[in-house]
Amino acid sequence: MLIVIALLPFIGALVPGVMIRAGRNACATFTAIPTLLALVMLMTLAPQVMDGGVVRAELEWLPQLGLSASFFLDGLGLLFASMILGVGLLITLYARFYLSGDDPMGQFYTYLLLFQGAMLGIVLSDNILLLLIFWELTSLSSFLLIGYWKHLPEGRQGARMALAVTGSGGLAMIAGMLILGNIVGSYNLTDILAAGDLIKSSEWYLPALILILLGAFTKSAQFPFHFWLPHAMAAPTPVSAYLHSATMVKAGVFLMARMWPALAGTDAWFYIVATTGLVTMVLGAVIALFKDDLKALLAFSTVSHLGLLTMLLGFGTEAAAVAAVFHIINHLTFKAALFMTAGIVDHETHTRDIKRLGGLAKLMPITALIGTVAALSMAGIPLFNGFLSKEMMLEETTHTVWWGNPWIVPALATFGALFSVAYSLRFIFHVFGGPVRDDYPHHPHDPPAGMWLAPALLCVLVVAIGVMPFLATPIVNMAASAVTGVPQDGYLKIWHGVNPALFMSIAAVAGGIVLLMIHRPLDRVWAVMPRPEAKNIFDRLMGWAVSATRWLTDATHNGAISRYLAIFIVATVALGYVAWSGGGISAPTRELLPVPPVVAIGWFLLVVATGSVVIMHRSRFRALVIIGIIGLMISSGFIYLSAPDLALTQISVETVTIMLLLLALHFLPKQTPKESGALLRLRDGVIAAIAGLGTASLAYVFMLRDIDTISGFHLANSKTGGGGTNVVNVILVDFRGYDTYGEIIVLGIAGLAIFAMMDALLNGPAARRLRNLDLSSDRSRDRHPLMMVVATRVMMPIAVVVGVYIFLRGHNQPGGGFVAGLVISIALLMQYMASGFVWTQRRQQIEYHTMIGWGVVIAGLTGAGAWLAGKPFLTSGFDYFHIPPIEEFELATAALFDLGVFLAVLGSVMLMLYSLSRMARTAGETVNLEPMDFDPADRVQNEQEAK
Amino acid sequence: MIYMALYFAIGCYGIGLVFNLWRIARGPDAADRILGLDTMVINVIALLILFGILKGTAMYYEAAMLVAMVGFVSTVAYCRFLLRGDIIE
Repeated sequence: MLIVIALLPFIGALVPGVMIRAGRNACATFTAIPTLLALVMLMTLAPQVMDGGVVRAELEWLPQLGLSASFFLDGLGLLFASMILGVGLLITLYARFYLSGDDPMGQFYTYLLLFQGAMLGIVLSDNILLLLIFWELTSLSSFLLIGYWKHLPEGRQGARMALAVTGSGGLAMIAGMLILGNIVGSYNLTDILAAGDLIKSSEWYLPALILILLGAFTKSAQFPFHFWLPHAMAAPTPVSAYLHSATMVKAGVFLMARMWPALAGTDAWFYIVATTGLVTMVLGAVIALFKDDLKALLAFSTVSHLGLLTMLLGFGTEAAAVAAVFHIINHLTFKAALFMTAGIVDHETHTRDIKRLGGLAKLMPITALIGTVAALSMAGIPLFNGFLSKEMMLEETTHTVWWGNPWIVPALATFGALFSVAYSLRFIFHVFGGPVRDDYPHHPHDPPAGMWLAPALLCVLVVAIGVMPFLATPIVNMAASAVTGVPQDGYLKIWHGVNPALFMSIAAVAGGIVLLMIHRPLDRVWAVMPRPEAKNIFDRLMGWAVSATRWLTDATHNGAISRYLAIFIVATVALGYVAWSGGGISAPTRELLPVPPVVAIGWFLLVVATGSVVIMHRSRFRALVIIGIIGLMISSGFIYLSAPDLALTQISVETVTIMLLLLALHFLPKQTPKESGALLRLRDGVIAAIAGLGTASLAYVFMLRDIDTISGFHLANSKTGGGGTNVVNVILVDFRGYDTYGEIIVLGIAGLAIFAMMDALLNGPAARRLRNLDLSSDRSRDRHPLMMVVATRVMMPIAVVVGVYIFLRGHNQPGGGFVAGLVISIALLMQYMASGFVWTQRRQQIEYHTMIGWGVVIAGLTGAGAWLAGKPFLTSGFDYFHIPPIEEFELATAALFDLGVFLAVLGSVMLMLYSLSRMARTAGETVNLEPMDFDPADRVQNEQEAK
Repeated sequence: MIYMALYFAIGCYGIGLVFNLWRIARGPDAADRILGLDTMVINVIALLILFGILKGTAMYYEAAMLVAMVGFVSTVAYCRFLLRGDIIE
């Protein structure tokens, strides 16, 4: 059930984009349905959690990596999940009326549900790796939501900034979480929370703490990362209300609360978290007072309140944690209402500039009432819920000693509260109070009920909790018990008696009123005060990062393959050297095999030929001839070292390669120009020599030792498991059949891609160059010599029989579909060479494309056939048959699979050569319709007819 | 006796390979090189058969046959390239 709840928004996200075709109401309704459904399901689980139980659900995913999709629901999770879903519903309603007809609403709701799902995932995850995934998902989906109005540059910039800040914080958190998981030895949140003492005594505690806090602080916009939140206000107001007041920015706070039992209570925690929170709270409150943009004011106020929450959690005491939980609820109610109010004002008057507003109370009384109630709560005026938690916060500060100083925290907290009162009152008086003006950009009036219903509902909560705090008591206790790990049963009340907190509250309210009165002169002072502009600093930092990465990219990826190879090879050699010098190597266990003189000659030829290619590679044709020597020597080496399969394949591949290269060389310059200086070539030469020597010595060392490899298993199981004695073939078609299946598909794709590229090339500008190419100079007039035609005709059936033979015996003797395909393609190529393209092509009935297709299909069907026998894909079967008078023989499905390999190889090779040879005809080559230049039979016939 | 003959023959073909290499290296023109390579293929075929006799297995004969079958194809291709430029017209 928990998993269903977590998945519902993601499934639901598929719907709005489609439902928008049925109209905006349908779209909004279908967004609300999954949310509502999830909320209802959550509520059925609620009683169990309220009784102190924990609901769990687990889905094995990658247990080897400690990754399982496990979810759990405790008090804290329930509180957040119901907040996310509840506010999500309200926002869906609000956005329906807020978005104009021009906005793509389907997209908006899809993003919204994606975000909702990600957020829900964070609060329900029981696995920190899973939590991290959802964490990053919220960053991504919020990027989409902030940049929703793609036409606004501020929207795009704000979205990028938010993603950069929260994303990099997320990266730091991944590192921190991994350290944490390592300390505990489990990635399960439940285990981690239970291992608080172990974590705090670990020497890795501080790094883990700092990294995790970086993630939490960036997400929750704590100083000095607070700057992204105001810029994210370029988003549509429903997004601001949902992400930037109620849910996403609370994710950081949630994480600190979640990790509270594991990480809190140390000096490091107190000084880092509480101090950051305190600074953020005061700074945010001060800046908020001087912002004229309604949403900017609310954004900085949110920063300030998040600071307050962070500070409370930083105190590390249980009472402070209770206050924090209570304030999370209260802040949600009044701040979401305020954002929606700001959105309504913007919607109706077409401006958010406080300096252009005022007197709206008479024009839009309902909105004014909602705004006033919410703002008073934000100010911390009695009988509204903000007062209660603020009082608790102030009370807690009086117990806090900071660096031996008992009054600095309460004093600063009161100072922050004072500014908080001031900006809250400014919101009321400068927007709704004062005389009605006649210069609004648009004449305002109250919006339709659908728009004010959502904030009004929140305001009812504000007042209800404010007047009757016992309503919220069980919820707060439930969540606070989950945070602290100790059952909490305190109760909330309005009147705490005459205590320091009361005086601080009174001082804050009085000071706030005074501050608002002298706001105008203060504003002028603020305007001329120098202050760092976060956006400029951020842009400069990003600029540096971009130029640094660009430098790195340009230095390593300059487009020259020699550079890539040099980097790759040097790195590999260095790694090999490190590995080599690190581990000990056992003494050699094998004797060096004797080297007969002829073998030495073969080796000598190989070395000389290889060296010559390096020296002579600029003369391309000569290099090709020398490559022929190399291929021949390698193939005979394979035969000598008892690898006939490899030799068969090698010699066929060599032949096909040479033909392919010759075909291409016809249209290429016959000389390679020098492209690099002597020094560079020397460098590359040294690198290549080191790499070659390294590989050779590695091979030498390994071949002198018996190393336990998988070969033993293959040898032992080839006959019994795969039904064949040719281990190489059994590996190809059975043990690693999946590999082979993938490879023939890749080969087929390569063949088709060459065909397609050549097609595009021959219809493009290159075709013009080809047509102007003069290739006719100095050529033999013996185009299709009689001797060659006759020889290849004789060879054809022999080669085909050899191919079939190699194919058939492949399972038990050297051979198989791959080699057979190559042999037959060589037989066909001979005909092409002898009698020309057109003559041969006319006699070729099956298209090569089809052949590739059939190959892959046959192999696939053979593999799928295993399903009929109830076995996994590509399991091969074999049996022995006896039909007199034939001797007993074996039939294996592997042979059918091999047929697929055969067809795919044949088709691909032929298609490649076919495609390359098409170039010649574009270049204006004529074709021959006769099989040979001069057919003696014709002459005899002609003479007879003449008679 | 047979072994002595075999070793002698193997030695001769081995030296033959070195001479082929010399021809391929010296040239003087492309046709000499192609011929050198073709001869080298034939020498290798001979060596494979001799090895087969020496070891008493049929596997080498087969390999030799296959080399013989496909070995001349590349020679043809080289020649066609020299004579006509395009090997498949």
